Amino acid sequence: MREPGESITTPGMIIPDPVNVDALREGAGELRTEEMIINMGPQHPATHGVLRVILRTDGELILDAIPDIGYLHRCAEKIGENVPYTQFVPYTDRMDYLAAMNNNIAYCLAVEKLAGIEAPPRAQYIRVIVAEMNRIASHLVAWGTYGLDLGAFTPFLYAFRERELILDLFEALCGARLTYSYMAIGGVRFDATAAWCDKVREFLDYFEPKIAEYNELLSFNQIFIKRTANVGVIPPDRAIAYGLSGPVLRGSGVKWDLRKDTPDLVYDKMDFDVCVGDGRMGKVGDCWDRYFVRVLEMVQSARIIRQALAQLPAGECRAKVSRAFKPPVGEVYYEIENPRGQLGFYIVSDGQAVPYRLKARGPSFCNVSILREIARDCLLGDIPAIVGSIDVVMGEVDR
Amino acid sequence: MPETVDFIPFVNWPTWLEGLIVMAVVYFAFVSVLAMFFIWWERKVSAHMQSRLGPMRTGLWHGWAQSPADGLKLLGKEDLLPDDADKPLFRLAAYLAFVPAFAALVVLPFSAKFVFVHEMHVSLVFIFGVLSLEIVGVMLAGWASNSKWALYGAIREACQVVSYEIPMGLSLLAPALTVGSLSLAVIGANQGAGLHEWLMFRNPFLFVAFFVFFIASLASCKRAPFDLPECESELVAGFLTEYSGMRWAMFFFAEYTVMYIIGALTAILFLGAWYDPFGIILGMEQAGQSWAAAVAGAGVMVVKGFTIVFVQMWLRWTLPRLRIDQVMYVCVKVFLPASCITLIGSAAWQWLAGGLFQQITQIVLTVLGTAGGLYFVALLARALVKPGQGILPTIITSWHAEPAPAPVAPAAAEEGQANG
Repeated sequence: MREPGESITTPGMIIPDPVNVDALREGAGELRTEEMIINMGPQHPATHGVLRVILRTDGELILDAIPDIGYLHRCAEKIGENVPYTQFVPYTDRMDYLAAMNNNIAYCLAVEKLAGIEAPPRAQYIRVIVAEMNRIASHLVAWGTYGLDLGAFTPFLYAFRERELILDLFEALCGARLTYSYMAIGGVRFDATAAWCDKVREFLDYFEPKIAEYNELLSFNQIFIKRTANVGVIPPDRAIAYGLSGPVLRGSGVKWDLRKDTPDLVYDKMDFDVCVGDGRMGKVGDCWDRYFVRVLEMVQSARIIRQALAQLPAGECRAKVSRAFKPPVGEVYYEIENPRGQLGFYIVSDGQAVPYRLKARGPSFCNVSILREIARDCLLGDIPAIVGSIDVVMGEVDR
Repeated sequence: MPETVDFIPFVNWPTWLEGLIVMAVVYFAFVSVLAMFFIWWERKVSAHMQSRLGPMRTGLWHGWAQSPADGLKLLGKEDLLPDDADKPLFRLAAYLAFVPAFAALVVLPFSAKFVFVHEMHVSLVFIFGVLSLEIVGVMLAGWASNSKWALYGAIREACQVVSYEIPMGLSLLAPALTVGSLSLAVIGANQGAGLHEWLMFRNPFLFVAFFVFFIASLASCKRAPFDLPECESELVAGFLTEYSGMRWAMFFFAEYTVMYIIGALTAILFLGAWYDPFGIILGMEQAGQSWAAAVAGAGVMVVKGFTIVFVQMWLRWTLPRLRIDQVMYVCVKVFLPASCITLIGSAAWQWLAGGLFQQITQIVLTVLGTAGGLYFVALLARALVKPGQGILPTIITSWHAEPAPAPVAPAAAEEGQANG
């Protein structure tokens, strides 16, 4: 047992005294209780990769939960300063590896804006289609693993069953199942055939009724609601103050979606709703709201894909861009709505073939920062519920 | 109603030593086979619920040899003891968890003839007490591991025990009180005349007691949604975190054996024991065919026990897990009053009800219970008959018949593919 305030990891990571321990221990009476520091992760089944959470506990009560990140750091940004613009695309795949298409798009759009390149309309539509498909795949993983975090095994298998179909479609499109590198500066690498589009429609026909099944199995299960409603509540003002984005922000009832508010690609031509948490099962911004926003977004993504498929124009799918192109001197910051929130790239060009500086703003990194605030004064069993509802991908947190 | 049952002993044991040896051999074999079957069965049940196949390769038929193969693997693993563990206790815990499961079987009747210790007149109390000993093994495992996660598992188990044992014990008493005996054999022998004579349908309080007992028994088996002591998403593996190899398998053997014991106990106490719903076996007994009745009864008993084990598996692969405070809330604030009411209610019912009123109640409850049971059977049947919802569409299967999917755009060849 450590003294309060003693450093347990890196210097500077000090565990502060809890604010109201006495109030929390109310009812303990004469019982002497002792605090225990327990290490959750980096190898732990519920932390979705290598997130390490240092828990300070009093029995089952969590007094403090400190996320400790960096176990998957791969110097992605530094590498970006050393490879030509076109060659950085595969590195974006490996950031948020559950939504590689969206990462590709964010980077390519940033470079295109920097260099003044416009992708042909067909490429823009294909980008929307694959981005939304990847959003569904990513949300399916979030949905399935969230069930797993709460002890329900079956949703995980159902989610992966459906995700497998999306991966098959991606494999047919670009040959890869996880790290696609499908986007190129100025368009997409391979055109989508009519047969492929039919397969996507077939998938949607299969997938859309499944969502009702998901709700039956998990969303409206009473035990599930009891575990997630009123747990890990993020009020809207705190969500904004922490710079949260994506379903975590919308779960708090803030209607902010870059696809709607600053539409890139052809999102302005799509008809879809921004789903927000409404506190249906408890308070606005609890775990259930964040979870349910993802379920609703899968429906909206399916809507968008159908519209994009219907409007898909003919023509080129890639603008002519020289392999060793050099963007003009300047800087750009561009962000899009990734499944986990706003993924932005800040690129400084000094006119060379490699960027002078490349910085990524990852949504998971910002979202995980609120963990310490909301995972306090809860029970140990709530920690997986909270971490799972934030849905972090450590590849992108650590980059 | 029979007050006592004259058991014809299976075999007359001349000495207790011979009996002990035979028990050790026969029951150990039985427990091993039972546990291995349940592990295989659980894997198949979960697989089919999750649109998978489960083990298919080991052995010729549907991976039947998966459990023995796993057992062999576990036997061959290194005997690992954590350095900081309390080694004698760490070793002891596995046996302490396993032996009670084994011992409880001794008094568990399979049918009117098949029971090992037939003179036991308090077998219900014995089983309940012995099963509680298993918990000591679990808590000891968590404590002796000297791991924080294991300690959490052990303390959770302790919390859970104090929560579920009382409602479980009280709801056990209701059928015992209705029959007027603590002997499982006598309780079983009272339910032979048909479905309406099953204790669950005797009065509304017993009907409720059945559900209280069933849910509390899930907690006693550490099955979902009460699998908190070992819940892997929170506590890594709870009290099992530091265990591996055969010692770990011991806990599993104990868990699956207890699942059957609980299933059989539920059947004896509430669901007509070893009698079929139509009174056929009782008829055989009365006609003097006592051996045939005993064999048929044992078959019925096993079917009932397995059905309840199946329901336990079904719940495990469907439901999320409760939180520890919710477990305690449910057990202490909901089930405890409910089980008190069932106990008092059954007692009052014995005293007050009778005649036509009793018969009407029994018929109503039987219809209600049968309808509920049939509803769940229909749900299962629907899933089996109409598997369309779980079967993949033709996307994957038809895909490979297609010609090469996406033609390479000319621009891609030009760039030379820098991606990895």
